[in-house]
Amino acid sequence: MKRIYVNEEWCLGCRLCEYNCAFANSGKRDMVTALKGKPIFPRIHIEGDDKISYAVSCRHCTDPICVKSCIAGAIYKSDGVVQIRKNKCVGCFTCVLVCPYGALSPSESGVMQKCELCLTNSVGEPACVKGCPNRAIVYEERGALNE
Amino acid sequence: MSIEFIYPEFEVIRNESRCIACRVCERQCANEVHSYDPERGIMVADESKCVNCHRCVALCPTRALKIVKSDCALRENANWPQSTINEIYKQASSGGVLLSSMGNPNPLPVYWDKILINASQVTNPSIDPLREPMETKVCLGKKKQEIRRDENGKLVCEMTPQLELSVPIMFSAMSYGSISYNAHASLARAATELGILYNTGEGGLHEDFYVYGANTIVQVASGRFGVHKDYLEAAAAVEIKMGQGAKPGIGGHLPGAKIVGDVSRTRMIPEGTDAISPAPHHDIYSIEDLRQLVYSLKEATEYKKPVIVKVAAVHNIAAIASGIARSGADIISIDGFRGGTGAAPTRIRNNVGIPIELALASVDQRLREEGIRDNVSLVVGGSIRSSADVVKAVALGADACYIGTAALIALGCHLCRTCHSGKCNWGIATQRPDLVKRLNPDIGSKRLINLVRAWQHEIKELMGGMGINSIEALRGNRLMLRGVGLNEKELQILGISHAGE
Repeated sequence: MKRIYVNEEWCLGCRLCEYNCAFANSGKRDMVTALKGKPIFPRIHIEGDDKISYAVSCRHCTDPICVKSCIAGAIYKSDGVVQIRKNKCVGCFTCVLVCPYGALSPSESGVMQKCELCLTNSVGEPACVKGCPNRAIVYEERGALNE
Repeated sequence: MSIEFIYPEFEVIRNESRCIACRVCERQCANEVHSYDPERGIMVADESKCVNCHRCVALCPTRALKIVKSDCALRENANWPQSTINEIYKQASSGGVLLSSMGNPNPLPVYWDKILINASQVTNPSIDPLREPMETKVCLGKKKQEIRRDENGKLVCEMTPQLELSVPIMFSAMSYGSISYNAHASLARAATELGILYNTGEGGLHEDFYVYGANTIVQVASGRFGVHKDYLEAAAAVEIKMGQGAKPGIGGHLPGAKIVGDVSRTRMIPEGTDAISPAPHHDIYSIEDLRQLVYSLKEATEYKKPVIVKVAAVHNIAAIASGIARSGADIISIDGFRGGTGAAPTRIRNNVGIPIELALASVDQRLREEGIRDNVSLVVGGSIRSSADVVKAVALGADACYIGTAALIALGCHLCRTCHSGKCNWGIATQRPDLVKRLNPDIGSKRLINLVRAWQHEIKELMGGMGINSIEALRGNRLMLRGVGLNEKELQILGISHAGE
């Protein structure tokens, strides 16, 4: 399946991906309306420092440990994409604890959220990939992940 | 302090109703213009550091930024423009030579814009390049004067070394050091994909780029930086740089701050030392001396590679070119006064040299008159801005064009003309690793390829319109050109008629 991959060699740490992600999942038509004057809750995060940085989001593991560990059964896998039913999440943070990539985080409402490849919002393709100015984040087919 | 104050040239206009304080502008500005004020929760700007490179403007996700020229002006004076006054302030304060980057920005005549191209109507058919074959391939190098046959009457096909280009465009000399590793990688990869050549400039050839040797011109300049056996052997051609259009008569100076790591190794000089190329080649004081270097390089490369001699367009360019054509060089490259640079003294850049259009026309004419035009190919550079400029240059007599500034613009250069600061926000004219990586060669090479392919399409369209299906038939075909708004002398030098004639 197509996944989001990050090439840290080209990541500038500009954090545009975080803002594009937050906007894409806001449901608003305009980035200013969506993000101005508010804390943002992106599903992709820039890690690193001035010298090296890279964007981290869900790897959509072949055998996701978050799905196994979710006590409420809120996290599930559909067509290879790991998704979350927000109305089932009880906010126990177990998924946050077990995810080796730090790909899950609390949303504005407190329940957990994660990257769903922008397949469930109106963007239709990963907004972080589309908006990356240096093609450091790509969305491509590279075969199965080895875990 | 107050006497030294110069009001900032640009203003950073931030549309507060759009700014979401994402701080992308702050992270992307190497000049540290933008910062976040946590007390007020807004972004602020120190416009005195702004060079108007548009990095923040281009990356702002809400289009909240624009940069405008400041309207804070001194009393208007046609004789003492504000820029002149500010330069005096700067020199009175520093005592130094003013430095500038990229080509001459002054409003001197651009002859390309005063030359118009012909098209076929009624009596001779134009050609549709989408339906009929159209040749843009050129071969650069000395051409044989006669046809020889062996004892059996078969043609002797031995040729002097030639450079084959799919389109009469090459990327001009820009050294590794003046531009970044990623900029060089982009140029090398694009040249290879396009079937054209790029030029190392006087900075040596990074070991990673030897694989692109068949599409590389290596330069031997007055500092001889990075020149060794493998370097010469790796290339398709060797260029002796006698002069550069942006700074005729002087050498080069890459500050020690840019001589780091691989740049130092590639140039074969210690880290942190200034790379100073002398104004002259200390072994060349005559055409005979030039001939010695030409033949030394030919000897070193077993007469397999053409030797190019690059000169700046200056007053006696026709006589100079005639001398070079007799020196054994295969190709003469002439760089006009608008040519770019990573750094040059402002006075020299703005006042020395002549327009490439006039230089090209007079050189081509002179070489024809002397019957030595086929001894050499002519390559011109120094602000070739579009495919129309290429077509006009070819019609004036050029075999091919060098593009430097246009290539850098394709790579993201916004012509802010502060290359000499070493803080290029677009990752081109810098060696700072965090800035260099802003230019991804996957993107850069693709954009260069797009540019040259687009120009190739346009060249074919323009040629087709003239009823010409081969670039060879356009070369020196000055009947295809007409001047507008030019005086008799200019028309005479360009060798073209006025529009309407």
